[in-house]
Amino acid sequence: MTPVLELRALSKSFTVAGAQTGLAWPWRRRASSRLAAVDHVDLRVMPGEALGLVGESGCGKSTLARLASRLIDADAGEILLDGAGIHDVSPARFATSPQRRHVQMVFQDPTESLNPRFSVFEAIADPVRMLLPGSTREIAARVEKAAAQVGLPRELFSRFPHQLSGGQKARVGIARAMAVEPRLLVLDEPTSALDVSVQALVLKLLVQLRRQAGVALLFVSHDLTVVRLLCDRIAVMYLGQVVETADSATLFRAPRHPYTRALLSAIPRLPGVARATREHLDGEPRSPIDPDPNACRFAGRCPLETKLCTTEAPTLRAVAPDHIVRCHHPLESAMP
Amino acid sequence: MSATAALLAIEDLTVTFRTRAGTVHALEGVSFAIAEGEILGIVGESGSGKSVTAYGILGLLDAAARVASGRVMFGGRDLLRLSQAQLSDLRGREISIVFQNPRTALNPIRPIGLQIADVIARHDPGPAATIREKVLAVLRQVRIPDPERRLAAVPYELSGGMCQRVGIAMALACAPRLLLADEPTTGLDVTTQAVIMDLVRDSVHQRGMSAVFITHDLALASEYCDRIVVMHAGHVVEDAPVRALFAQPRHPYTAKLLASVPSAVESVDALSPIDGALPDLRRDDLPACRFSERCERRRAACDEGPIRPAPCGPDHRVACKVPL
Amino acid sequence: MRERLALARYVLTENPVNLAALLLLAILLFSALLGPALVPYDPLATNTAIALNPPSAAHWFGTDQLGRDIFSRVVVATRIDLAIAFGAVLLSLSIGAMIGAAMGYFGGMLDRVGGRIVDVLMAFPLFALAMGVVAALGNSVSSVVYATAVINLPFYVRLARAEVSVRRGLGYVEAARIGGSSNLRILRVFLLPNILPTLVVQASVNLGWAVLNAAGLSFIGLGVRAPTPEWGIMVAEGAQFILSGRWWLAAFPGAALMLAVFCFNLLGDGLRDIVDPRSRT
Repeated sequence: MTPVLELRALSKSFTVAGAQTGLAWPWRRRASSRLAAVDHVDLRVMPGEALGLVGESGCGKSTLARLASRLIDADAGEILLDGAGIHDVSPARFATSPQRRHVQMVFQDPTESLNPRFSVFEAIADPVRMLLPGSTREIAARVEKAAAQVGLPRELFSRFPHQLSGGQKARVGIARAMAVEPRLLVLDEPTSALDVSVQALVLKLLVQLRRQAGVALLFVSHDLTVVRLLCDRIAVMYLGQVVETADSATLFRAPRHPYTRALLSAIPRLPGVARATREHLDGEPRSPIDPDPNACRFAGRCPLETKLCTTEAPTLRAVAPDHIVRCHHPLESAMP
Repeated sequence: MSATAALLAIEDLTVTFRTRAGTVHALEGVSFAIAEGEILGIVGESGSGKSVTAYGILGLLDAAARVASGRVMFGGRDLLRLSQAQLSDLRGREISIVFQNPRTALNPIRPIGLQIADVIARHDPGPAATIREKVLAVLRQVRIPDPERRLAAVPYELSGGMCQRVGIAMALACAPRLLLADEPTTGLDVTTQAVIMDLVRDSVHQRGMSAVFITHDLALASEYCDRIVVMHAGHVVEDAPVRALFAQPRHPYTAKLLASVPSAVESVDALSPIDGALPDLRRDDLPACRFSERCERRRAACDEGPIRPAPCGPDHRVACKVPL
Repeated sequence: MRERLALARYVLTENPVNLAALLLLAILLFSALLGPALVPYDPLATNTAIALNPPSAAHWFGTDQLGRDIFSRVVVATRIDLAIAFGAVLLSLSIGAMIGAAMGYFGGMLDRVGGRIVDVLMAFPLFALAMGVVAALGNSVSSVVYATAVINLPFYVRLARAEVSVRRGLGYVEAARIGGSSNLRILRVFLLPNILPTLVVQASVNLGWAVLNAAGLSFIGLGVRAPTPEWGIMVAEGAQFILSGRWWLAAFPGAALMLAVFCFNLLGDGLRDIVDPRSRT
């Protein structure tokens, strides 16, 4: 089966102004460093699957989400949508291609992601008008269908964002993305800015959408408790690289990468919920600027570090069917 | 808990805000107490009034706020009746606060060593060398590596976690008796959050301080607090020790909150969102119980106010006419 | 609609200055629109027999050196002064908004070159620049409008650029891109309408300067020419009579000028309070 989304060796780095010595004459080339936001990432999302992309700030997951949804250009690598490459068109050209509608996005802050001047109807109808042009009646029908899918009552159609509650705004964002019937929905921290009760609503909605419309999800989040509930498989990122990929249950029960284990142990648990002993990660993460190509990015904080980890960068290797880890010393599969 | 053992006791605090859109009834009849050496968690969604309560304790509410009634008893004095000068002596010395966003809580261009020294000099003036030693001591306590070198560091060079450690250092610098922490780990990574929270807990226990920890994260509160006060729309709805609250919540809102938190359930189907939305606090016709409009246990008695927390178990109070 | 009215009532009652500004504006607009039809005397009619008469029951503001009624002239002048000011500001705003928005959105070379041009414009003493433009385009009312527009352009360019830069990375702009909108459409549909309120606030403050500018240019003989009644010209002509004690020729048009500028400044403050209360002074 062809994956809905496939990323091959995808890389994106940003130029950061280097340290200045002396006067900044215009002809002097400033030493610039590269911030490797996404470094040779391979990823696959199968049709109808929910893949969680987790990691902490600076790991590159948001950049990856924007690369996958073609908001920004990659520096190298390939992006394949249903097997067809979409990486060699500029974002502006891609906006007018027929594939644009198949990758849609739900944003983090529902308030910021809605045009204050658009009514609810306008907001949902706009991408439909641009990507699936048709008669007014056809467009209205699509808007109504999308609104019904997310449980948005018709009375709200003429309201503006400032008249909506947080939950309603979140629903409008999702309806807008679903109105063009995409194959893949990229969600960038869709629940971080929401209250707990609204979060629950949105999660249930997403599960329902998957069941009904069969849309695949790329769910980017730093909140592992949410990802655990929603996603079939999870990819863990650290400083621009994927360090572990496995199905949800396995990842939570028996992580193989030391970072994943530390991450999981840091999640606060309610009383009565089983927990592993907390592992503290010492120090700060390595700088993502000009990373050392011959060392593991996690070296310096890893409890299992050896000399090998600072002289050779580990590659992704399968430690079990469908479970890959980037580590020289992956943990034993049996968890304490 | 007897009143004499309480370090801080809030009694019937009612606060309103005058805004361009009307009067917001932010807090009504809020009462709870913090014992010596206790870590109290205030848990609620946004708009529940938890930050307003913290700021009200320290007299940090903005000009549009009106304290309609209530007392905040600390050390035998009502903090709401103190003058600005007296409050200024109190803040940092007896009661400290750690703010939510460390980047905006610190002066971004002033070296952190000096910012901490400012707090110490304000309450405990002395020769510069002594102050420097105290600054280094508190930096070590918040486990900032290489403190001598970091004295000159400026907040914009530091990560969010580091900045929050500096914020905590400033709060602990004069050994206050009570620490208020307003969502101190929002915006921090979960690994950093674990480190910061462990730090706060260890410091509080070591010094025999009390702390109030404000958060919307139930699981986090349950890990670090001894007792929890649950707030909803400006009311205290439940007040119990951690174990009791999670084992047997008595207020319908608490129970619903627990059922809507991802870390509490095993599958999405078990998640049950809370129906309805928070009442608009600008209304003049707010019901006696502000949760009643969303509650299926609602009876006629629920409209007879005011509804204040009443004992329903050992050290367990609930503000409900029809508790679970 | 109801919440707009409630907001309007709040703004008017909270600061009585806003009410004063609104009243003044009403008076100005009334004078501009209906003044010429309602004034007691023909503003151009001369009558040397009653020249230089002080204010009286027959001539509320007195008469000037050619016997013309000053009150009628002041009221009729409102139309031309406001027309020049509104015209110039409208021109400035629309062109400045488009240039600034493009600069803020696309960045790069356009932004750098455009920014330098704006810097150069702002480095000139604005009034001297206005004089230069009028001198180049010829002495007429339209060149005063263009000159005033040119010297006000940089403010709108900068403001639009800043506002667009802030909004460029917001969720709804990214959503528009994902929703198939081209850059031009994003600028036109999503960005310009949202930055308009801030620009309008700037515009209402600018109106005061524009009026002053127009009056200033005619004061030195550029732009509007006698015998057209215009506040600047009237002050210029009346100035020579002050020493001999005939204050009313210059004082009344001067007062009108002052009131107009005052009104627009207050209006700008009030509008800003509605649009963005955090930037109150």
